[in-house]
Amino acid sequence: MIKVKKLIMSLNILLFKPSFVLSQVVERFPKPDFQSDYTRPLLQTPEPRIKLYEYFDLFVLITALSLASYFALKLRSRTKMFLLMIFCLLYFGFFRKGCICPVGSVQNVSLALFDAAYTIPATVIAFFALPLVFTLFFGRTFCAAVCPLGAIQDVVIFKPAVVSPWIAQVLGMIPYLYLGLAVLFASTGAGFIICQYDPFVGFFRFGASFNMIALGISLLILGTVVARPYCRFLCPYGVILNWMSRLSKWHVTITPAECINCRLCEESCPFGAINMPVMEHPVNRGKSIRFLAVLFILLPVVVMGNGWVFSRLSVPLSGQHFTVSLAAKIQSENSGITTGTTEETDAFRASGKTVEELFREASVIRQKFRTGGWIFGGFLGLIICLKLINLTVIRRHDDYTADSGTCFSCARCFSYCPIEQVRLGNMDPDEASKIKKSR
Amino acid sequence: MAENDSKNKVNRRDVMRFSLNTFAGLAVGGVSGMLITNSNSREMVWQIDPNVCIQCEKCSTNCVLPQSAVKCVHSYSMCGYCDLCSGYLEPGAVSRDTGAENQLCPTGAIKRKFIEDPYFQYTIDEELCIGCGKCVKGCGSFGNGSLYLQVRHDLCLNCNECSIARSCPSQAYRRVPADSPYILRGDEGAKNSS
Repeated sequence: MIKVKKLIMSLNILLFKPSFVLSQVVERFPKPDFQSDYTRPLLQTPEPRIKLYEYFDLFVLITALSLASYFALKLRSRTKMFLLMIFCLLYFGFFRKGCICPVGSVQNVSLALFDAAYTIPATVIAFFALPLVFTLFFGRTFCAAVCPLGAIQDVVIFKPAVVSPWIAQVLGMIPYLYLGLAVLFASTGAGFIICQYDPFVGFFRFGASFNMIALGISLLILGTVVARPYCRFLCPYGVILNWMSRLSKWHVTITPAECINCRLCEESCPFGAINMPVMEHPVNRGKSIRFLAVLFILLPVVVMGNGWVFSRLSVPLSGQHFTVSLAAKIQSENSGITTGTTEETDAFRASGKTVEELFREASVIRQKFRTGGWIFGGFLGLIICLKLINLTVIRRHDDYTADSGTCFSCARCFSYCPIEQVRLGNMDPDEASKIKKSR
Repeated sequence: MAENDSKNKVNRRDVMRFSLNTFAGLAVGGVSGMLITNSNSREMVWQIDPNVCIQCEKCSTNCVLPQSAVKCVHSYSMCGYCDLCSGYLEPGAVSRDTGAENQLCPTGAIKRKFIEDPYFQYTIDEELCIGCGKCVKGCGSFGNGSLYLQVRHDLCLNCNECSIARSCPSQAYRRVPADSPYILRGDEGAKNSS
């Protein structure tokens, strides 16, 4: 009996040559009948951790958003805001390891909108929508204290330099490009680039690829002098938050009452989000009106032109999709352009799927990229034109105000305001009015 | 007159802002509502399909965790309990024993225990397993295929985009419902699917 079994084993080794195969279930050896009272152990299958935190995460998010809005608008307290920010950094960052995050949820939402087969649970939808809803009411309090990516940059702000407005405006276009790319890649199923290039998640997990850590460290070092560089010049979710915040019902104001134009808050914002008073209309009004007219005429041209450029660019971009790149590899191998095979092409040939099927799938995805490229390019063109129009139209306003789009509602500027100090009881009203006179 | 004019202007802007605010609110609500009606409201987690896996060894190096969340699992119900185990022993091993030079596993994570003649039980020490799949290849090529890789959910962080999935050459990774988070073989697999 034993000898027979050993013979079968040796035969098996001879017959089944080690070749490239998918690991299949083949019963080559019979299951043993044990004579002793041996019982087979069972395979342990631990439950996913996500099920434990699913609703608790949501609870923490809602509580943190409510508290952040309360601290910014009612209590106007930077200290409380900072403590909440540290808590959220520890909870969403280091404890939950940065994964469930509204910034990345943009991609889940776009994929779910475009791919009917991909559904997302209600918690992910809530993580996407709740910060937006809160921002519609209270401004970007999410950025101030809840977002762990913002918090890790906020704690390293050491000596923030003033970024000159035109550089800030130009760099401020990058998030639109990033958002467009992320939505294009996510909705076509090519991958989640926001997660792939998330610079700080490596710190939360105490380990990531070298590139990730290098990017994270350089952003944090840059962040000591340029406050929150990721939030201002990269964050794709920030684009949507910016739109919502511009429309917010109650947004923080620098002063609790009337601005006395004392200029004390002028440089208090490390993010350059304070609008200075614009007293007079620009001298050359005719010129700016002419420029505006040209912009309006050029708008459709720029939108269409950009759309065309990006629909061309979608060809190299679609190469990022696994199926498209696999089809290209198979094609070049089959036509003899490249010699040798890769793991990917080997696995494909072993899977039993036909080449025609693969090519058909790839061409569908390429078409999606072309259409997406038109929309993405058109969107960017529109944004560029709107930005230029916005910069040309100069509106008169008398006070120092927080820019409702870019302000994070971090509550830093409040304490610079003498009226705020009067409100807190640290300053005499007479003293405040003296400041007004001396300026 | 001028004052009146500026007041009117502010009012007009306020009205516009209010209507845009309502519009944006409805847009966010609409998108969420649309997604919720489509949603099956179940959390999804990552899992590797052992029937598509080609044992390229990328699972051991591409996980974001310092120690990969992918481990080798063993369906005892499928195992032949062979003495000459092609998942345990190096091909052409000098002797069939627990000597390190005879073992296929680079970390010695498979424990061999004598049950009765001629049967041996093989157990995976998950603390030591690095998820390279060398044993899976051995078992799948010559044995019953009772050894295979699975994402262990006590370890997995369930990243929004799994970095192993991104680099998997056979696209063996996919999202599965968190209620049945494993793709198992043997008796466990049959129990799960029923």
